Amino acid sequence: MSMLWIAVIAASVLSFGQKWLGYQAPPDALDRPRISRTTTLLPIALLGALVATQTATSGTEIVLDARLAALGVAVALLLARAPFLVVVIGAAAAAAVLRALGWA
Amino acid sequence: MTSVSPNLGHAGGSIPDGVRTIRRTGFAIGVATGLYGISFGALATASGLDVWQAMVLSAVMFTGGSQFAFIGVVGGGGSALGAALAAALLGVRNTLYGLILAPSLPRTGWRSVLRAHLTIDESAALAAGGRDEAEKRAGFWAAGVWVFVFWNLFSLVGALAGQFVADPAAWGLDAAAAAAFLALLWPRLRSRDAVAIAVAAAFVALLTTPVLPAGLPVLAAALVAVVVGVLPRRGRR
Repeated sequence: MSMLWIAVIAASVLSFGQKWLGYQAPPDALDRPRISRTTTLLPIALLGALVATQTATSGTEIVLDARLAALGVAVALLLARAPFLVVVIGAAAAAAVLRALGWA
Repeated sequence: MTSVSPNLGHAGGSIPDGVRTIRRTGFAIGVATGLYGISFGALATASGLDVWQAMVLSAVMFTGGSQFAFIGVVGGGGSALGAALAAALLGVRNTLYGLILAPSLPRTGWRSVLRAHLTIDESAALAAGGRDEAEKRAGFWAAGVWVFVFWNLFSLVGALAGQFVADPAAWGLDAAAAAAFLALLWPRLRSRDAVAIAVAAAFVALLTTPVLPAGLPVLAAALVAVVVGVLPRRGRR
């Protein structure tokens, strides 16, 4: 078996282990006020970070391109209380049009 | 700032409207994210993996960030060990998702194995948007299952026919992912504290992107929540 196959399988098993591990925390530990406050806030911080990295990074670089304009479209649609699908498709269409026109 | 208002006029069925809405959203996330699998499959085979190796990553590793990191190292001429380590760094945040989701999901049996396997950005994010336990569970399973189905389907398409399929970035799918995460975050931004945390986390992630290995900027941003959560409460909520 090649080194690449070993790495594919080992990294895949490790990935499952990482996912599994989070669920093994004892429930009463998660109930402690400071821990439960933190786990309530974590999705907000993680989503904020994911929006930023998905919009403005490429590898280890900051890249401002059509994605940023598309995110602006998404904000406008969210402010107008558009449904989830409209927001997502609207942003994708904005980025696709900008790229097709060669503007970003 | 709630984006969905429950339609009480149709409350006759056994499935609440909130649950039905969140399931539909999960399907939409599955299609949008899954389509990006074309990009993964195509890049994986271009990086020197065979179709089977690409599909083991999509089916078993099943976490997009780690998968792209793995093939990035392999494609760049790095070692197999380096690829595995890069993938592991991106996978650490899935452990955090388990901590967040544990109280809402079943603890025993085969479904506890499945819940671990389906724990990814999208399923955790949709679950976090649920207003009660039923919506959280529905969001997790809908996003997890549909992303798994479409991610694997389109990974295979990309791996087999990558060079014949257009780049998903040309369709704006990368922007769609950013917009989806924002749309999932949006209903949570009800308080000034929440907005401050989200903005601070975004800044930390961007500031650390040039200096930290891939995967760590998002974890650094997670520290914002830890600091705010652990610090003693102020008078105001």
